[in-house]
Amino acid sequence: MIFNSKIFRFFTTLIMVFLVVACIAPFILLVASSFTSEQALTLNGYKFWPSEFSTEAYRYLWSVRDAILRSYGMSFLITGIGTVLSVTMTMLFAYPLSRKDLPGRTGLSFFLFFTMLFNGGFVPTYIVYSKFLHITDTLAGLIVPYLLMNAFFVIMVRTYITTNVPDEVIEAAHIDGAGEFLTLVKVVLPMSTPIIGTIGLMSAIAYWNNWTNGVYFITTRRDLYGIQNYLNTVISNIQFLQSHSDPSISVKSLPSVSIRMAIAVIAIIPILCAYPFFQKSFAKGITVGAVKG
Amino acid sequence: MNKKSKAHKLAKLKRYFPLYLMLLPGIIYLIVNNYAPMFGLLLAFKKIDYRLGYFASPWCALDNFKFLFSTKDAFIMFRNTIGYNLAFIILGNLLGIIVAIALDSLAHKFFKRFSQIVILIPYLLSTVIVSYIVYAFLSGGNGFMNMTVLPALGLDPISWYNEAKYWPVILTVVYLWISFGYSSILYYSTLIGIDKSYYEAAVVDGASIWAQIRHITLPALKPTIITLILLAVGRICYSDFGLFYQVPQNSGLLYDTTQTIDTYVFRGLMELNDIGRSTAGGFLQSFLGFICVLTANKVVSKIDKESSLF
Repeated sequence: MIFNSKIFRFFTTLIMVFLVVACIAPFILLVASSFTSEQALTLNGYKFWPSEFSTEAYRYLWSVRDAILRSYGMSFLITGIGTVLSVTMTMLFAYPLSRKDLPGRTGLSFFLFFTMLFNGGFVPTYIVYSKFLHITDTLAGLIVPYLLMNAFFVIMVRTYITTNVPDEVIEAAHIDGAGEFLTLVKVVLPMSTPIIGTIGLMSAIAYWNNWTNGVYFITTRRDLYGIQNYLNTVISNIQFLQSHSDPSISVKSLPSVSIRMAIAVIAIIPILCAYPFFQKSFAKGITVGAVKG
Repeated sequence: MNKKSKAHKLAKLKRYFPLYLMLLPGIIYLIVNNYAPMFGLLLAFKKIDYRLGYFASPWCALDNFKFLFSTKDAFIMFRNTIGYNLAFIILGNLLGIIVAIALDSLAHKFFKRFSQIVILIPYLLSTVIVSYIVYAFLSGGNGFMNMTVLPALGLDPISWYNEAKYWPVILTVVYLWISFGYSSILYYSTLIGIDKSYYEAAVVDGASIWAQIRHITLPALKPTIITLILLAVGRICYSDFGLFYQVPQNSGLLYDTTQTIDTYVFRGLMELNDIGRSTAGGFLQSFLGFICVLTANKVVSKIDKESSLF
C-alpha cells in the first residue's frame, strides 16, 4: 500500500504500538505478580512491577513439582499420540478421496462434508462416548473425542494432493508395481510434506490447548490430567495443589495469591518458548485454513 | 448379469480394495464421533429414564421443549448466544480490517514483522490460560482493576465475578483480544496481494488516503469480508464454551449475561442432571445451526460463487 502521508503513518503506528503492548502487557502482569511477596500482593494487588520481590510462590511450586511435571508429561503424551494418529487418519482418508477414479468418491466426500454442516451437539456425543464406548477415565477419552479427525483438515489435504501430486506420478508408481499403500507412503507423502506440517501443527496446538475433554470425560482419574486441566482445577480450588504433595506442608503456608500467577507463568513458558520456532507455519496454517479447501 | 461384467466388477473391487481399506478408520470415526450423535438428537423427544436406558425410555413428544420454554432460561441463552455473536462479527471484522491496513502501512520493517508475530500470541493460548489472565485483572481482592485502576480514578472496587452487568463488555474485550490477531492476519494476507500499481495510479490522480482505502483496499477485501462474515453467521447458534464457562469462572451470579446455549446444555447435563431441557436445547442448536449454515452458504453463492462452501 502506498500511503505517503506522515500523519496517517503516525496514527497507524500508534495503533499497532498500542495493540502490541496490549498483547504483551498481561504476561508482564502475570510474571511481575508471581515474583511479588504474598503480603505485598494482599496489600496492593497484582501489579506490573513487584513492590516486594519474592520467590516464595515458585519455591512452593517446586515443593509440589511432582504433580506439575506429571501433568506436563501427560500433556506431551496426549499431544504426541493425538497428533500422530490425527495426521495418519487424515492422510489415509484424504488420499483415496483425491483419486478421481475411485468408485463412490462423490458419496464418500459428501459423507465427510456433511459432518461440517450438521452435528449432534454435546449431549448425544457425550452419551455415545461415555455410556456406550465407556471412554470415561481413560487416556482415549482425552485423545479420541472431537479431535482425532476433522473434515476440514481432510478436505485441505485432499485439495493439496489433487493440485500438487499429478495423476501421472501416481500412475507411474502403479506401473512400477507399487500397491496403493506403497504409493501413499513413498510417493504422495513426500510430495505433501508442507500440508502435513501445517495440519500436524494445528492438530498439536489443538491437543495441547484442549481442556474440555478432560472436563467431560475424566471424573475420578485426575492423574490423567494434562497441564490445562490441572490449571483449570487449581484456579477454582487452590488446595488441589496439595492433593498430590507432601502432607507435612500445611494449607496455611500456601501463598495462594501469588501462586495462581506463578502457575500460570509456568504453563505459558513452554508454548511461548516454542512459538518463535513455529510462528511462520502457524500464520500460514491460519491463512490456508480460512480459504475453502 | 453376465459372467464377463461380474468378473470385471470383481477385478475393479480388488483393484480399489486397498483404497477402501484406507478409508475405513476414518469412516468408523465419523460414524462414532459424528453420525451416531446425530441420531442421538432424537433423545430430545424422549423422557429419559436411566433405569430403562436410552432406547427403552418412553417418547414424550414436545414435553422437553415445553419444559425448556417454561423458564426464562431459553430466552436468556438464545439472546446471549446470538447477541454476542453479532457483536463479535461486527467488531471483530472491523478491528481485523483496521489492523490489517495499519500493519500494511508500517514503514519500519522490523516492527512490522514483530507485530505480526506478537498479535497472534493471544490466539495461541488455551482458554484456561486466558481465564488466569482475566483473573489477574478482575480478581475481587487482588485484581489490577480493583487495586490500581479504580482507586486511581477515585472509584469504589467492583466485585466483577458477582455482577452480571459488566460481562457483556468484559467478554467482548476478551474475545477481541484473543481473536483480533487471527482476523488481522487473514485480511493482511489478502492486502499484500493487491497490485501496487493501483495505489500508484491513485496517488498520481491525487487520491487521498481515504479514497485509496475506499476505492482500492476495501473492494479488494470484499470477498474475504463476505466469506468470514457468512462463515460466522453459519455458526451464530454456537459459542466458544471456554470463553463463556471458564473465563467467568462458572459464576452462577453471572448467568444472565454469560449463559449461552453451549453452557446451558453442558450445565443441564453435567451439573443439574436435567437431561430433558439439555437435549431440547441441544436439538434446537443443531437444527437452527444447520439452517443457518445452509442459508449463509446460499447467500454466499449468490454474491460470489467462488467463496461458497458448496
